[in-house]
This record gives sequence, C-alpha cells and structure tokens, in this order.
Amino acid sequence: MKLHLTRSGLQTSVQDRGRFRYRKDGVACAGALDLAALRLCQLLVGNDEGVAGIEIGGGRLAARFEDDRLIAWHGGVYEARVAGETIPARSSVQVRAGEVLELRAIEPSRTWLAISGGIDVPLILGSRSTHTRSGIGGNFLPDGEVLPLAAETDLARALRAAFSTRASSWSAPLFPVRKERLRVVAGKDWTEELGAELQGATFRISTQSDRMGLRLENAVLENVSGGAEQISEPVVPGTIQLPPNGQLILLLADCQTIGGYPKIAHVVTVDLADAAQLQSHNHVRFVAVPVDEARGWLQKREDDIALFAAGLRARFGN
Amino acid sequence: MTWSLSPLGDAAILLSYDGKEKKAADVTKHVVRAARLLEGAQLSGVVAVTSAFRSIALFLDDRTAASLRGGQMDSFAQRVQDVLASRRRIKARNRSVRIPVCFDFALDLERIEEATGLRSANIVRKFLAANFTVGCLGFMPGFPYLLGLPKELKVARLSEPRLRVSAGSVAIAGGQAGIYSLESPGGWNIIGRTPLSLFDLRRDPPALLSPGDRVRFRRITRGEFDRLA
Repeated sequence: MKLHLTRSGLQTSVQDRGRFRYRKDGVACAGALDLAALRLCQLLVGNDEGVAGIEIGGGRLAARFEDDRLIAWHGGVYEARVAGETIPARSSVQVRAGEVLELRAIEPSRTWLAISGGIDVPLILGSRSTHTRSGIGGNFLPDGEVLPLAAETDLARALRAAFSTRASSWSAPLFPVRKERLRVVAGKDWTEELGAELQGATFRISTQSDRMGLRLENAVLENVSGGAEQISEPVVPGTIQLPPNGQLILLLADCQTIGGYPKIAHVVTVDLADAAQLQSHNHVRFVAVPVDEARGWLQKREDDIALFAAGLRARFGN
Repeated sequence: MTWSLSPLGDAAILLSYDGKEKKAADVTKHVVRAARLLEGAQLSGVVAVTSAFRSIALFLDDRTAASLRGGQMDSFAQRVQDVLASRRRIKARNRSVRIPVCFDFALDLERIEEATGLRSANIVRKFLAANFTVGCLGFMPGFPYLLGLPKELKVARLSEPRLRVSAGSVAIAGGQAGIYSLESPGGWNIIGRTPLSLFDLRRDPPALLSPGDRVRFRRITRGEFDRLA
C-alpha cells in the first residue's frame, strides 16, 4: 500500500533514527532533527521507534491514503486536517482509505509525521534516513511523490480498533520548548574567555543554514588560539565549531563526522529538538551547564518516552 | 595511560591518544588497532566507534549516555581502558593505492604559491613524490585524510569555506591532503581532481580507502581525466 504526496511541503524527507554504524567511513548520521518527536509519533501509531517517518520543513503537505492507517504528527506550529477535520498533535489519528491528510505550517517550523507500518523505502547502510548532501537515501521529496508503506503491527491494529472517534483520547507527553536559550556543555576547546563570549552574545541564524548546521551571525567570537589549525577530530550533532573567521557553526544531524575547527561547546541532546526549530533570522543565546545535569535531563526524557511506550503496550499490546 | 577520556557532548565520549610517537603514520597504527579492539569488545550501550587521527569517538545510545553520571562514568571509563590495554594481536589488512590526478583543476594554485613561496611546477613535483597514509575517513562518506604532505606544502585552510567543491577534488590544508568524495562545501585548497569515485554505494565496502592504507598520486592529462571520468 502507498502514500500519495500530492503536495510535499518544503524540504520534506524520509527520516528514521539515523545511520550510526558507518560514521567511521565518513557517513553522516542524518535522521530526524527532533528524534524525540519522531519516536513519540511512531509509538502513537503502534510502530517500533526505529521505523521511518516523514520530516516536514515547512509549507503545506497533502497526502492521500490507499488504505486505513493510523497517523500521528508532532512538532512546530502547524494546522493539521484529515478529510477537512482538524486533528490534534501528539495523538493517534484515524485516516481511512481515500482520505487526505493536510499539514500546513502556520509559522516557519519543522514537524514530524508517522504512519502505522512506516515508510518502506529501501534500507541503505542500516537506515532509511535521507542525507541530501551525499544523496544517500535520495533527496527532499517532490510534489507527486508516492511512498511505499509497510504492513501494520498487531499493536497498530489494536490501537486502531480501540477508538471510533477521529483522534484518540490519549496523547504523547510534551517536552518543554526552550527556543531562545539553548543549553550547552563545554567542548574540548572551551576556555573561560570563549565561554563568557558565547554566553554573553545573541546570535542570529544565517540564511546559509540547513540540516547540516546552523551558521550563527551577528556576533563573532575572538578565536583566542589565534586561528590555529587543529588536527581533525570527531564531531557530533550539537557540536559548536569556531572557524577562523569567528562565525560559529552549530552542527545538526546531517553534519560531517570529523572536523578541524575548535569545538568550543555542544548543545545538550534534549535541546537539539529546539535547535531543529531555529529558522533564518531567529535569535538564539546559549547557557552552559555541567554534563551530569545534561545527562539527568536526558534520563528524564528517556524515562518519559519509555513510560509512555509501556503504557500503550500495557493497554493495547498482547 | 596512553588514552584519555573526555565528554564529546552529553551522548558521546572522546578518547584522545597521548602516545609520544613523532610520525603521524605511527600514531595511525595505534588508533586503527584501538578502534578495532573497541569494535570487537562490543561494549554495552556503544552504538558506533569512529576513529580520527589521534582520537576515537564512542557514540552511546541515549539510555546509556543518560546513566553515565558520577561514579557510573568512572566505571565506564575503566571498562574502556581495560579494552585498550588488551595485548591481543590484530591482523593488519592495509593496501597500497595509486590515485590519478589532473592538475588542470588546481583552483587554489596561486594561493598555494603565495603561501609556500614555491612555483607551481615545484608544488606539483613535491606532491607527486609524497608517500601518503590514510589517517582516517571522515568529513563526508569516503573522504580520506592523507598524512605525509611535504612540510613545504603546508597551507592554511580558507578563512571562509567555499559553499561548493566538486567531487574528486584533491586538496590540501594544514599538513594534510584529502580527496572530496562528493560535491560539498569545503575550506581546503584545491590542487587537482581525480576521476576515481572515492565512495560508491554499489561497492562493498562503499569507501575506496580505509585508515592505514598507503596512497601515491599519479599525474594525468585533461584528456585522460575526461576518458576516465
């Protein structure tokens, strides 16, 4: 069975949790920029968390279904309708054969969509994620794209049978949004001076930003190492690099695996969801936290997701 | 201890090599060995092992990353050190590869001349005489970082990276050479271009080179480039 994207929206792509295992060959992770949002959507439609869904970068998406499915969407500021009926975010939603799902960005933002069964594009190097820069997994989806859907799980069928309204009574947990002040932990090249500059400045997101990274304008950091070249080392999504021109780059999911610019800090994992929503001309500030605190918030998030998954399984699973 | 651990964000660990070897290619041997030991150990919660010149990154699943607070981090670090201390023998499987390069595509030759004080013919001659070792792959799929660039060819990165560099571009920056396996943004000085494909999903493994491989360049004309491309 297939999904017909009559309108695909802006920078819409198939994403799952990413392609980790080939990082040593220089293959970028890719994957949803807000992994928590995609994982919660997958749980809401009875899928495993690792199944592929759709990331929408803005604009308007319209998708026609060939058969009955559950869908869930989460993230950004969007208006969503199925067959003209408004549907809430973070809920399980019934879509019947022939019906059309519409997602329209009210503000420039990203959102994530899961469909029961999942998007069944070919698995490449262990993932279905799209990395447009390398072409691994293809490109952004054009209008008229037809995507294959895999068969639903027993849990998805049980969920679908459990409610006759359009949207479920249950919803996924909502994590707090902190768009303007992202938390960071110190990187290997952190110094007190750089840290003070980083936390004292307000940055503007450059138009030259994409899924690979956000270029931060407005403020330039004095590179205290005098622009010294460094031996390239591993970088990760969230790494904040300091190139010789002092204009910071915040790396996102599509980033390279290794970089030679000083790594002054890393945005904490739970705040990558907020970095994913930063648009050109938005402003952002940073605040440093200890790594143990960052891991504490990650623990809380993982516990919340696990609790939600366990709750659904307990009520509707075998 | 020859390896020290530090956080690479909250969900990865950076292992830095502190050995005293002078030659970068000797360091590569240690790093390649350590990365293989760590992959073989299949430490619980480690989803990927990435190696660079003098460092290795361990990528953790979210639950494991979240758990590594206080004493938990100390015992994880000890498990990693135990794996690295292993005396187990590991078989080398590295190759020697000749890579054709056409210098008609040397976009930054003038910049390299200025930085090195050498004339272009001399730059090309020194480049072709060099014996390189693949230090690691990274930056993009199949991009080899090549060790062994002659000291006289040391040139700083562009201060403003180019938004687009063609696939196959052979480039130098700092003390390293590299080959852009795909079109991408980049800040290295372009000295030529190869018609070879450095990364191809139809091959297994998709990357042409692996860490520890030895590389030499061979000059080709524009005509040969067009025939091979």
